[in-house]
Amino acid sequence: MSEQQYIEFYSECRDMIMSKSTAVMNNERDKAFELFKQYGFPSQKVERYKYTDVDKAFAPNYGILFTPLGIAPSSYIFSLKDAPKDMTAYYNRLADTSDGITLLNTMLAHECLLIYVPKNTKVEKPINVDNWIRGAVPSMMNRRLLVVLESGADATVIVGDHATDQQAFLTTQVVEVFCHDNSRLDLYEIEETTPGMNRFSNVYIHTENDCNVRHSCITLHNGTTRNLCDVSMEGQYTEVTLNGCAIASATQHIDNNTLIRHIAPNCTSNELYKYVVDEQAVGAFAGKILVEKDAQKTSSQETNNNLCASPEARMYSQPMLEIYADDVKCAHGSTVGVMDETALFYMRQRGIPEEQARMLLKNAFMGQVIDQISYEPLRSKLYVKVEKRFLGELEKCKTCNLCK
Amino acid sequence: MLEIKNLHANVNGKEILKGVDLTIRDGEIHALMGTNGAGKSTLSKVIVGDPSYEVTEGSIMFDGHDLLAMKPEERANAGIFMSFQQPIEIPGVSMANFLKAAVNAKRKYQGLDPMKASDFLSMMREKRKLVSMDSKLVNRSVNEGFSGGERKRNEIFQMAMLEPTFCILDETDSGLDVDALRIVAEGFNKLRKPETSAIIITHYQRLLDYITPDTVHVLLDGRIVKTGGPELAKQIEDNGFDWIKGGSINYDFESVTC
Ligand SMILES: Nc1ncnc2c1ncn2[C@@H]1O[C@H](COP(=O)(O)OP(=O)(O)OP(=O)(O)O)[C@@H](O)[C@H]1O
Ligand SMILES: [Mg+2]
Repeated sequence: MSEQQYIEFYSECRDMIMSKSTAVMNNERDKAFELFKQYGFPSQKVERYKYTDVDKAFAPNYGILFTPLGIAPSSYIFSLKDAPKDMTAYYNRLADTSDGITLLNTMLAHECLLIYVPKNTKVEKPINVDNWIRGAVPSMMNRRLLVVLESGADATVIVGDHATDQQAFLTTQVVEVFCHDNSRLDLYEIEETTPGMNRFSNVYIHTENDCNVRHSCITLHNGTTRNLCDVSMEGQYTEVTLNGCAIASATQHIDNNTLIRHIAPNCTSNELYKYVVDEQAVGAFAGKILVEKDAQKTSSQETNNNLCASPEARMYSQPMLEIYADDVKCAHGSTVGVMDETALFYMRQRGIPEEQARMLLKNAFMGQVIDQISYEPLRSKLYVKVEKRFLGELEKCKTCNLCK
Repeated sequence: MLEIKNLHANVNGKEILKGVDLTIRDGEIHALMGTNGAGKSTLSKVIVGDPSYEVTEGSIMFDGHDLLAMKPEERANAGIFMSFQQPIEIPGVSMANFLKAAVNAKRKYQGLDPMKASDFLSMMREKRKLVSMDSKLVNRSVNEGFSGGERKRNEIFQMAMLEPTFCILDETDSGLDVDALRIVAEGFNKLRKPETSAIIITHYQRLLDYITPDTVHVLLDGRIVKTGGPELAKQIEDNGFDWIKGGSINYDFESVTC
């Protein structure tokens, strides 16, 4: 239903978008448009979208922003237009061409941020990408990120998602990550936005032999968030870790959907997602581990633990395991719990006010996933941010210049 | 200090306390004994305000305040401390953060500023020594992986940190080895001020050898059925409760035959 306005927009503005963009991207646009007209947005009948109403989020009439990328000179970050080498072999090669949101993003994104780490290069400092959306009217932004780690490359990437004004916003994001042999990537996505934000993020990760890849998806403050993360483990002896921290209160909505495909043998995957849903918030986690028939000696552990901190909060948890190989070690589990009343009372008996006792318990619950963050400066920062979040002090982010 | 009148309390709709009267003046130590399931822990939890217990009748006054109208944290800040019979663990909440929150909550209640970090750390060190608690335990989460005895000692350590004026020790002696019992009891005596009063719940005389009670009560089936001096505890240790129960069993029997 709400597809129509995007179809019209593309038909009218195709040339304008192309003029702002580059051949690598423009070559994919019309194909995506044809498929988008065919599939449209996924309805809630589509298995992987059953917890989020896509149509509703895309229905308003947003002004579509074509803000140019602001990139500080760096050896590893580029606009795709200025890529140090031809990226045709990478761009839009992982993205799922049956996903309406990915298709829309491919049609409309005019620029693509490229993180390119050449062979055997270790990037010492983390690469920071900060996304901002601002606007006086309801606005939409379509972001695209391409991460290419050549063999032996090593990098930490921190992507922040921010919004300031109390406005209705919609962002689509497609991230494609290529990890060649023996590379190491630590990728963080941290959302600190506003209640008016609708975030749709699709991340696609491809790993080869002997890689170590960690993806941490952290939602500290948001409106409606839908994060999809698909990992295809195509090489052997690779280890993939997916961590998630989702904190929702008021009427916030957080839906994380992950798929780890073990295609090659001898790989390990670990997944831990934790949610604290409070007040009338809704959380959803659906994670599938798919072990294909050649993926012998796979070891996989998937865990989803959730805390429903109020009687009105809702949590949907759906861990899935699908195994076609016979020599594997896989386990998955999920829990949905409520506040531990005995622990609460114990703290109150010591004089700690009930609200603070609840905060301490929520913080302790989430601490376990923050403990997993391997980049220490970020870990310390997140302990503080998570605590502030539970204290209700994160409604506005005080660290950034724009909010000051 | 504490005045309980005709207290009736239910848990899950079942009446456990069936009319308890108890008065404890400043500086007094009262021992509370009684058979398993008699209602001793229930009485303690009602005093500290555990929301799973429902008071159906009666009153509790504490230093002139209507205790039953106060939240558990207010009761604690007013000076009431209970050493739990079964202290639970709180994974992920460090002892330091937990105690800092508790100490500063009490200071706030008293109109004082939060304690300086350095003062807090030296206070922890000092009180820890008082109950000979291993520094390793203090660096963990609250009671996480603590042995039964370590948990009991931790309760007394927390009591030392919070300096209450009214303490309930619910079977703090059970689970402690002989040396630990002495250390904990001596720690309690050192912490005690002249006006501190306490209810000591125990099944054994050995704790009362260190902390001499002024009064001993026997609670059976939700009522205090006997009150005496310290010698009552010794009599119970030697003879059990049957001789006390005796009268009421006969009475029931007679009333049935009438
Ligand atoms: N939450 C509860 N739900 C149901 N019954 C309860 C609950 N708490 C206490 N009771 C019951 O109330 C009665 C009194 O229990 P309480 O713990 O007060 O006994 P106690 O005198 O402390 O015994 P002990 O010496 O074994 O510690 C028991 O029969 C117990 O089973
Ligand atoms: Mg008891």
